[in-house]
Amino acid sequence: MKSLAELAAIKDRMKQNATMREDGDNATRIVVGMATCGIAAGARGIINAVTTELAKRDLEHVTVAQTGCIGMCRLEPIMDVIVPGQEKVTYVHLTPEKVAKIISDHVVNGNVVAEYTIGAYENE
Amino acid sequence: MMDELSLNILDIAQNSISAEASEIEIYINEDYISDRIIICVKDNGKGMSEDFLKTVEDPFITTRTTRKIGLGISFLKEAAEITGGSMEIISELGAGTTITAVFVLSHIDRQPIGNLTETIITLVTLNPGINFIFRYRVNEEEFIFSTKEVKEQIGDDTPLDSPSIVVFLTEYVNEHILNLTGGAS
Repeated sequence: MKSLAELAAIKDRMKQNATMREDGDNATRIVVGMATCGIAAGARGIINAVTTELAKRDLEHVTVAQTGCIGMCRLEPIMDVIVPGQEKVTYVHLTPEKVAKIISDHVVNGNVVAEYTIGAYENE
Repeated sequence: MMDELSLNILDIAQNSISAEASEIEIYINEDYISDRIIICVKDNGKGMSEDFLKTVEDPFITTRTTRKIGLGISFLKEAAEITGGSMEIISELGAGTTITAVFVLSHIDRQPIGNLTETIITLVTLNPGINFIFRYRVNEEEFIFSTKEVKEQIGDDTPLDSPSIVVFLTEYVNEHILNLTGGAS
């Protein structure tokens, strides 16, 4: 079975890859709603999908944080992607599959996935 | 309504986070001899006054500005009572809060434990500054996971919430829980 002692090797590998997160202003931030409404709608699986995708792509510089209820419970799970120097993008009604697309298209390649945004939802 | 006990745990722990706890202990005891599951979430947060504590189980009495409590407590209470169990809150202003829920294990309406690994890892990832102690006991066997121990291994310069660390911890916790439960939950 796995032991916490294995963490030392992982830490060394991370240092070699030198992909440690950048400080403050340069880091992309992902914020997920984790109030009762978010959790009941599936936010936990969204967090899991985000970290899995980030690890898969070696995106060690992206930070993931949580927020409370923003009053749009019917649109949960909700996640904001905040790229420094750009306007915040709010994605709604998320699924792990949508998260994978958002990470690759938006976070990696800089293309907002318009169809999953709150703007697209409101125009329906 | 949450459909897994582990989702209730995640939600209850959010109250501890809102109460600015620096240490949160989550204890689950699944005991087939007494036919009970006990879930206990204990924090060292700011606690609740006696007056507030009296109203806390009522979902419609929530001080929205401080937002300590909402539907979460009611969901957990309902989930426990429907099995013939109960829920108790002990809290002291400035000292912390302990919430204990007891479930009748074999009751048909008892929610499954669900994905505990995902609950633990979500809490740890989103709150790397909080010390989490997670204890899961099934009959006589126990698995203890403490983020303090993880931090001792990785040191100060590696963030606990780095994706590579999180992925390892997910596998680590999952493996130990499966070993404890024999793959079933």
